[in-house]
Amino acid sequence: MKKLVLALAATTAAIAFGAAPVAAQDKTKACWIYVGPIGDFGYSYQHHQGLLDVEEHFGDKVETAYLESVPEGADAERALERFARSGCDIIFATSFGFMDPVQKVAAKFPDIKFEHATGFKRDHPNVATYNSRFHEGRYVQGVIAAKMSEKGVAGYIASFPIPEVVMGINAFMLGAQSVNPDFQVKIVWANTWFDAGKEADAAKALLDQGVDIITQHTDSTAPLQVAAERGIKGFGQASDMIKFAPETQLTSIVDDWGPYYIERVQAVMDGTWEQNDVWGGMKDGHVVMAPYTNMPDDVKAAAEEIEAKIKDEGFNPFTGPVYKQDGTLWLEEGQVAPDGEVLSMNFYIKGIDDKLPN
Amino acid sequence: MLESVLITIATAATPLLIAAIGELVVERSGVLNLGVEGMMVMGAVTGFGVAITTGSPWLGVFAAILVGAAFALLFGFLTLSLVTNQVATGLALTLLGLGVSGMIGEAFIGLPGVKMAPLVIPVLSDLPVVGRFLFAQAPLFYISILLVIGVSYFLFNTRAGLTLRSVGDNHDSAHALGIKVIAVRYAAVVFGGACAGLAGGYLSLVYTPQWIENMTAGRGWIALALVVFASWRPWRVLAGAYLFGAVSIGQLHAQVIGVSVPSQFLSALPYLATVAVLVLISRNRRLTMVNTPACLGRPFVPAR
Repeated sequence: MKKLVLALAATTAAIAFGAAPVAAQDKTKACWIYVGPIGDFGYSYQHHQGLLDVEEHFGDKVETAYLESVPEGADAERALERFARSGCDIIFATSFGFMDPVQKVAAKFPDIKFEHATGFKRDHPNVATYNSRFHEGRYVQGVIAAKMSEKGVAGYIASFPIPEVVMGINAFMLGAQSVNPDFQVKIVWANTWFDAGKEADAAKALLDQGVDIITQHTDSTAPLQVAAERGIKGFGQASDMIKFAPETQLTSIVDDWGPYYIERVQAVMDGTWEQNDVWGGMKDGHVVMAPYTNMPDDVKAAAEEIEAKIKDEGFNPFTGPVYKQDGTLWLEEGQVAPDGEVLSMNFYIKGIDDKLPN
Repeated sequence: MLESVLITIATAATPLLIAAIGELVVERSGVLNLGVEGMMVMGAVTGFGVAITTGSPWLGVFAAILVGAAFALLFGFLTLSLVTNQVATGLALTLLGLGVSGMIGEAFIGLPGVKMAPLVIPVLSDLPVVGRFLFAQAPLFYISILLVIGVSYFLFNTRAGLTLRSVGDNHDSAHALGIKVIAVRYAAVVFGGACAGLAGGYLSLVYTPQWIENMTAGRGWIALALVVFASWRPWRVLAGAYLFGAVSIGQLHAQVIGVSVPSQFLSALPYLATVAVLVLISRNRRLTMVNTPACLGRPFVPAR
């Protein structure tokens, strides 16, 4: 029955509510709100896998609840507040747009821990932020794309012009330029995280305009399926999508939130929770590359080499010399971009022929 | 390239067209069913499920139609037999469909689907430019065109069509003439549901062969808007659906080519175009009145 309630709540998150009854005192209650349905098989799905990891790790000691398809904005505030009142000890808000609602609700409930994914505001001591360095994976993808593409042009389906997405495009391009300095990228802003039909149409438009490899920063598997139909290679997003395109997917950046969630819930149980700003990458196991498939051995070797460089040697994709789109120098030779600048990135690097919407 | 652009437009327009043409018949009979989105998403999940279980996309399509019709029957029972409020019931149907489909669909998440093969008509499909657009499409594309022809002929050239329109325009007079108003409306509602289900099946079997929650992504609402946009005329629904498809695909191409217009504006363009056309159409008030079913949304309770 609870499942049914949750399923219905999914679509009417603002109206109906699927939160479980008030937690018993000895259990720690961890709650999540997702921006999309857990059935997206992408971003929200991966966060939910993290929830399942928490359940498996702690068993009876933990109680969980989640709300999916929560719109960013006022509805998010209501959802957070409701969770706070229903006895959650720690609440994970998993989308960028939940940023301001989290700050507001956190002010009212100083005893509850709030964790906000991909954001940068920590107005109150009970708010922590966490994120993953997905762009490390995009750098690897860029290397692969430049080696695989015959025309030297990739198509990029982007969602919204927020720093997270912009840094992904830049990292992808830097990776590609490290192989082919003249590499080009054509970008389509879909202005949605999740609309399979629209994403498929965007992929078709890119392919019709002559790109011969595609990558995406939207959450459905549709672009990959289009690529498969047209016999073009592409990259998965957020989870391993190889099942949808066994002969098409080169690799995929897999978000693994489980280790972080377990660590943070443990901290709440131990009473050691503190505000932090974690930005884990490949080295922390937060970003995992799906197996390298459908590519020649030398490309695979190059990809593995760069992955190892990031993982073991701490190579940062944003290492100078890097020029901005207008030709001005951003990072000098050998200079590594400070995290703060990367997290608020709102410009393209040199070589991207597109105007950044703002 | 023009050819593949045309095909992409057709893929985007077909589900809107199928759902809208069904809703047009419903509204012509005087019933406003706002549950298109819900019936559509139910069709999508059922079509997908049956297709991967049996391996046959056609059985999937058939199941999608049945489920859409069954959902519509529920709507009919509530609004026609129990005389509930049509707007509220329609909205409830949408919410119910989205929730139930999410629950049923849990088992199908992450499974690659079955794609319906295109029906290629020999010789004709080799015509330059329009050949593959008109003659090498998924079978549901041809069905969508046949539906428009069929509905148009039915409404304006048959006695049954006249009966349906009379029920939508003045149910009291129709009742006085001995027409079974409720029965006609039931038939129209079920037809509309079947079309919405079929449109949903198109999404999960042709457009993007996979199941993802909420995969209709508001297309049911666009179909509803298209009916008004078309001022309840079948051929205008076709034009509207293709205009909408063309603008949504066109804006993607404009972005790739690098037209320096903000992408947010381009994304909003299909909707702006719809609003603009609506304004143009409704300028002629008399013409609008002539086409609008006069009893649209009004419940019918026969006087005893």
